[in-house]
Amino acid sequence: MSTSAPPTWVGRSLPRVEDAALLTGRGRYIDDLGAPPGTLHAAILRSPHAHASVESIDTARARELPGVAAVLTGADIQKLTTSLVVGVKAPVECWPIGVGRVRYVGEPVALVLARDRYRAEDALDLIEVGYRPLPAVVDPRVALDGGSPVLHEGLGGNLASDRSFRYGDPERAFAEAAHRIAIEIEYPRSACTPIETYGVVAEYDPGIDAYDVLANFQGPFSLHAVIARALKVPGNRLRLRTPPESGGSFGIKQAVFPYIVLMGAAARATGRPVKWIEDRLEHLAASACATNRFTRLEAGVTNEGRITALAWDQVEDCGAHLRAPEPATLYRMHGNMTGAYDIRHVSIRNRVVLTNKMPTGLNRGFGGPQVYFALERLVQRIARTLSLDPLDVIRRNLVPADAFPYRTATGALLDSGDYPTTMAKALDQGGLAELRRKRDAARAAGRLYGIGYAAVVEPSVSNMGYITTVLTAAERRKAGPKNGAQATATINLDAVGSVSVHVASVPQGQGHRTVLAQVVADALGLRPQDIRVITDMDTAKDAWSIASGNYSSRFAPAVAGAAHLAATRLRERLARIAAAQLNVPAEEVLFEGGKVRAKANPDNALSFSRLAAASHWAPGTLPADTQNAIRETIFWTPPELTAPTDADEVNSSLCHGFIFDICAVEVDRTTAEVKIDRYVTMHDCGRILHPGMVAGQVTGGFAQALGAATLEEHAYAADGSFLTGTLADYLIPTVMEVPEPLVLHHETPSPFTPLGAKGVGEGNCMSTPVCIANAVADALDLDDISLPLLPARLAEHLHGPEPAPKTRPTALAAAPAKTGERRLFGEGQATVAAPAARIWAMLLDPNTLLAVVPGAHGIEKISDTQFRADVTLGIGPVKGRYRAEISLSDLDPPRAVTLTGGADGVLGFGRGRGHVTLREEGPDRTVIAYRYEAAIGGKVASIGGRLLDGAARVIIGQFFQALAAQAGGRRRGVGAWLRRLLGRP
Amino acid sequence: MKPAAFDYVRAEGATEALEVLHAEGANARVLAGGQSLLPMLNMRLARPAVLVDIMAVTEWRRVDDDGSHLRIGAAVRQVEIEQRADLARRQPLLAAALPWVGHAQTRSRGTVCGSVAHADPSAELPLVLVALDGRVHLRSRRRARQVPATGFFTGMMATARADDEIIEAVSLPCAKPGTGYAFREVSRRHGDFAIIACAAVVGERGARLAVGGVADRPVTRDLPAPGSPGLPDALNQFAWDLDARDDLHATARYRREMVRRIGREVIEEAQRCRA
Repeated sequence: MSTSAPPTWVGRSLPRVEDAALLTGRGRYIDDLGAPPGTLHAAILRSPHAHASVESIDTARARELPGVAAVLTGADIQKLTTSLVVGVKAPVECWPIGVGRVRYVGEPVALVLARDRYRAEDALDLIEVGYRPLPAVVDPRVALDGGSPVLHEGLGGNLASDRSFRYGDPERAFAEAAHRIAIEIEYPRSACTPIETYGVVAEYDPGIDAYDVLANFQGPFSLHAVIARALKVPGNRLRLRTPPESGGSFGIKQAVFPYIVLMGAAARATGRPVKWIEDRLEHLAASACATNRFTRLEAGVTNEGRITALAWDQVEDCGAHLRAPEPATLYRMHGNMTGAYDIRHVSIRNRVVLTNKMPTGLNRGFGGPQVYFALERLVQRIARTLSLDPLDVIRRNLVPADAFPYRTATGALLDSGDYPTTMAKALDQGGLAELRRKRDAARAAGRLYGIGYAAVVEPSVSNMGYITTVLTAAERRKAGPKNGAQATATINLDAVGSVSVHVASVPQGQGHRTVLAQVVADALGLRPQDIRVITDMDTAKDAWSIASGNYSSRFAPAVAGAAHLAATRLRERLARIAAAQLNVPAEEVLFEGGKVRAKANPDNALSFSRLAAASHWAPGTLPADTQNAIRETIFWTPPELTAPTDADEVNSSLCHGFIFDICAVEVDRTTAEVKIDRYVTMHDCGRILHPGMVAGQVTGGFAQALGAATLEEHAYAADGSFLTGTLADYLIPTVMEVPEPLVLHHETPSPFTPLGAKGVGEGNCMSTPVCIANAVADALDLDDISLPLLPARLAEHLHGPEPAPKTRPTALAAAPAKTGERRLFGEGQATVAAPAARIWAMLLDPNTLLAVVPGAHGIEKISDTQFRADVTLGIGPVKGRYRAEISLSDLDPPRAVTLTGGADGVLGFGRGRGHVTLREEGPDRTVIAYRYEAAIGGKVASIGGRLLDGAARVIIGQFFQALAAQAGGRRRGVGAWLRRLLGRP
Repeated sequence: MKPAAFDYVRAEGATEALEVLHAEGANARVLAGGQSLLPMLNMRLARPAVLVDIMAVTEWRRVDDDGSHLRIGAAVRQVEIEQRADLARRQPLLAAALPWVGHAQTRSRGTVCGSVAHADPSAELPLVLVALDGRVHLRSRRRARQVPATGFFTGMMATARADDEIIEAVSLPCAKPGTGYAFREVSRRHGDFAIIACAAVVGERGARLAVGGVADRPVTRDLPAPGSPGLPDALNQFAWDLDARDDLHATARYRREMVRRIGREVIEEAQRCRA
C-alpha cells in the first residue's frame, strides 16, 4: 500500500470537466436548446433618440406582414405588468419598454412576434413611430443643473439619491493635516461584453396563471422577486430556469431581467411561447454597462505621506433608469472606501444621477474600478506633490499585518492578510529593481518609460444588505433589516451510491463543476470523476435563495464552502451508519479511496457505494438514532454579514483579498501608443482551490481591465447619440493586445469561509486600470490622466505646437467639435455658369429641388419656403429611405439663404443647417459657396459613425454639384439625375 | 442582425454575372468575399435586391504576372496573394500592406478587388493601388475599360465604377530596380481600421507618399526626395490638405501629426530599401 494518495484534490489544477463539451462544440447554450413547438420569435424596435416623447406608433403595416403574429407596444406591456421596483424612495417608474417616452438610444419601443427572426426584423421596418425629440443630458454633473432636461419628473430633477456619511472626525483631521491633496476623476463607461448575448424563452400557462422562463440570467436571484412582481404573480408562479451553459457574463447577464418581464408579457399576450436572442447591436446599445462616475477625492496628509482623512464626493451616473439593483455599484464598495489603508476619518457624499444613456448594472469589478482609480491616482498624486516615492506612501498607509481582522472606518471587517509582506514579495519577485534600471536606461536614452503601482483590497461575497446603506437609518428601520448572503448546496446519494451535487451558482464558463467535484471528493474520500455536478437552475425545484447566482466572486468562498459543509454533514451521517456495521465509533470511521474503513484496521472496510446506497435499500438496518443519508441541502450565511448600523457602517462584503500590482510601460514618442513592458499582479485570495482556474480568473480579469484602461468606452455624443454600436468602434482587446501578466500569490486563508478561500475574479478589474494609468502618468510626467488611454489624447503631451500650413485648405471649417461628438461640418464652393438670380429662383422651385436633392422621389411644397420630400440617401451599398423636410430662412435674394433640414428614416435621423451664398463673378458666372453643420443620430450614428463625415460630404457635395449642373443648364432630366444618384430607373 | 430578403445568383461565368449587373444595376451587389458586404446586409445598412456571387467564375480567379505588372482577378482572395512565395520580391509594398488588411480570418475570404470596390478610405489595398499608380479594369456587358487608380476613388465608399460594371481585375506594376517601398499603419488594435496608413515609393525621381485613413479616399502626393530641406514643409502641407477630421479614435491634429512623422519615417525607410 505504498501508493500514497494525494492529500486532497482541492488545491490541484485538475482538467476541467466542462472543457470536453465546450471545446468540441457540444456546449448547451440557450440558443442550442430548441424551443417549444409554436414558438414565436421576438425582435425589438429600439429608440434612435436619446430622449423623445413617443407621440404615435403605427403598427398596422407590420401586423399585416404574413408570418407576424403580434406587434406589442409599451401600452400593451403596461396592461400585463407593473413597473419594475426602483431602488430609491421616489415616485418613479421603470418599465422594460418605453411607455410614451424614450430616454436612451436603444430603449425598446415595440416588440414584433413572428414565425422567425428574419420576418420579425422585416416587420420592424414597417412600424412607424412619431417621435418628438426632447433635449438630452449625458453628463452627470450637467444633469444636476437646474436647467437640464429632466428624465423622470417624479424625482423633481435628475438626482435620484443624495446621501452624506461621516466616519471618525474628518473635519478635525483635515484641519490638522499638514497637506490637503485632491484629485478629480471622470471614470468612463465600459462593459465586459460576453461572447454570448442575452437569451430568453418565455411561456405562460393561463390555466394556472404561471410563467415558465428559460433565460441565461446570472443572478442575484433577489431579482426573481422583482421579475415576479412585475409580471403580477407570486414567486411560486414564476419558474425561472437557466440553461446548462452560459457563454460568459461578468455581471452583465444580471440585466437580462427586464427582458424576462418583456418576453413573459409577450408570451401572455400572444398565448404562445416567445423566444428572443439578443444580437450584438442590441447588446452594445441596450444591455447594461458599468456606471460612469465623477469623483472628487481629497486627502488630509502628513509631511511623510501618511493619510489621515479622506473626503469622497461621488456623482454616480446610472443612465436612464434606476434599474434594480442600482445604485448598488456605488454602495458595493461602501465598507472599502479606504482601500488597503488604515485611515480612520472619512467623509462621503454619494449622489446618484440619471442621464440619457443606457441603464447600468453589474459588471466585473462592480464599483471597484471607479473607487480605486480615484484612490490609487490620489496616492500617486500625494507622492508627486510631496516628492515621495509612491511605494513609501503606500507602505506608510497599509493596514498593519497585526491588525486583522481589521474593521475599516466605514464598517468593513477585513478578514485576513499581511499587506506589507505581500507587497514586499511582489516587489521582489516581480523584479522591481530590474524595472527601475530599465527605466533609468530608457530615460537616459530619451525614451518614455514609466512604472506604476496599485494596492487594492478586493471584496467578495456581497452582503445582501449593503444596498440599504442608500437609505437613511430611519428608512432602514421602517423597511426592516436586510443582511447576509445565503449560499446553498445539495448533495444527493442515489440507489447505487453515486454522488451528485447541485448548487445555485449559475456558472458562465468558470469551472464550478470541476471545483465542486474536487471539494466533495475530498470530503467523501472519492475521486472527482465519481461526482456529478449539476449547475443549471430551476427555481421551481432547486434549493436557492436571494443571494444565489454568480456575482461578487462568491463561488470559491461561499458556494464551494457550502458544498463542503453539505458533504461533511452527509459524511458524518454516513459515518454513524458505517460505525454500526464496522463495529467502531463513528469518529474512527475513515473515508478514503472509495472505501469506508476503520481507522485502525484497513481490512475492516466497506465500499463507499454500498454504504451510500444503504439508506435506499435497507433503511431498516440504519441505527435507530441516525437519520437516513440520502440527500443533504445546506444553507450557509456568514454571521459577519450584518445589517448596516445606525451610524451607516456596513460590512459590505465577507472576504477581502489583497492585490499589489506593478506595471512598467513604454510610450512611443511618435504615436503615443502604450506598450506594456511588464505587468506583475500579486494576489492574496486566501486558500487557492484550483491554481489553474485562479490563473484564468486573474488573466481574464487583467485582459478586461486592460481593455477598460486602453480601448473601451461606451461613448455618447453630447446629444445622447450612441457612438460605439459595433465592435469596430467599441474596441475590446484581442490576444494581440494583451501581454501575459506575471501572476504571484501569497496565501492567508480567510477565517470566515469554510474552505479559507476568498474571491479572486474581480480584483484585476479594480487594480489594473489605475496601475496602467499610474505607469503612463509616470512615463509622461503627468498630473492628470483619464481613461481610456487614447494615443491621440496622450500625444497632446508629446507633440509640441503644431506647424501651420503654408496655405490653408479651403474646406477647413471653424473649430471642430470635441472628439467623439457626432457633429459634422464642412464647406465648399462651386462655380456655375449662370446669373445669381437664376440660381436663386431654382432654390425656391420644387421642381429644381427634386432634381438636385440627392435621391429625391417627390417634393411637396408646403409654403414658399418649406418643402417636404421622400429621399433615398446613401453611399456605396449603404442606402436608406428618409422623409425629409427642408425650409429656407434668412432670405437675402439673390445673395444668401439658410437651408435648414431634417431627415428621418429606418437608418436614423439627421438635422442640419447650411448657409449658402451666391456671388456673381461675371455676367454668367456665379460662385455658390456653402457651409454646413449637421448632427446625425440613430442607427447610422451608432454603427457607421466612422463613415458619416465622409458620407455627409458626398451627399451634400452631390446636392451642390447637382445645383451647379442644373443652373448651368446642362441637359439632364430629372430621371437621369435619379439614375446617376441612385442607379435606379 | 438578420438581412432583408435578397435573391442570390451564383454566376457560372463572367457573362452571366455581367448580365445580372446589366439587368439589375444598382439593385445588385457583387459578392466577392463578403467581408464588408455581409455585415452591412446583416445590419440592414445595405439592401440589395440581388447578390451576384462571382467566386465560381474561373476566368476571374487568375493572377497574372507578365514581368512588369501583376494582374489580380476579381475572385482572387487576399490570402492567395499574401501567400505567393515571390510576392515580397515582385511587389514589396503589397507584401508589406497585406498583413494589415483585416485579420487572417477575413483575408482568407476577402478578395483584393472586393476591397477596391468597397473603397473604404482606410483600406490598405486601395492605398497600395494608388501609391503604385495601379489600374482598375472595369467590365460591363457594353464595354471594358481601364481607370487609373488615382482617379478611381472618388470619395467615401464612392468610385468611378458604373452600376452595371464589375471590377474584373486590378493591375499594379511590379517592383522596379532602384525603387524602394515602405508601408506603415497606425490603428488602435491590430486589424482595426487605420487611423492612418502610409505607403511610400522612393525612386530616382523622388518620393511619393500615399496616405489612407485621413481623407475620404486614399490620396497620393509627390514629395521632395528624402533628406531634402523642402520635405518637412511639403509633408506639413500634405498633412493639412488631407482635411483630417476628429472621430472617436483619433483627433484631426493627431492624424496630421502622424502624416508628418510616420510619413517621413516611411519615406526614409523606402529610401533605405532602394539599396
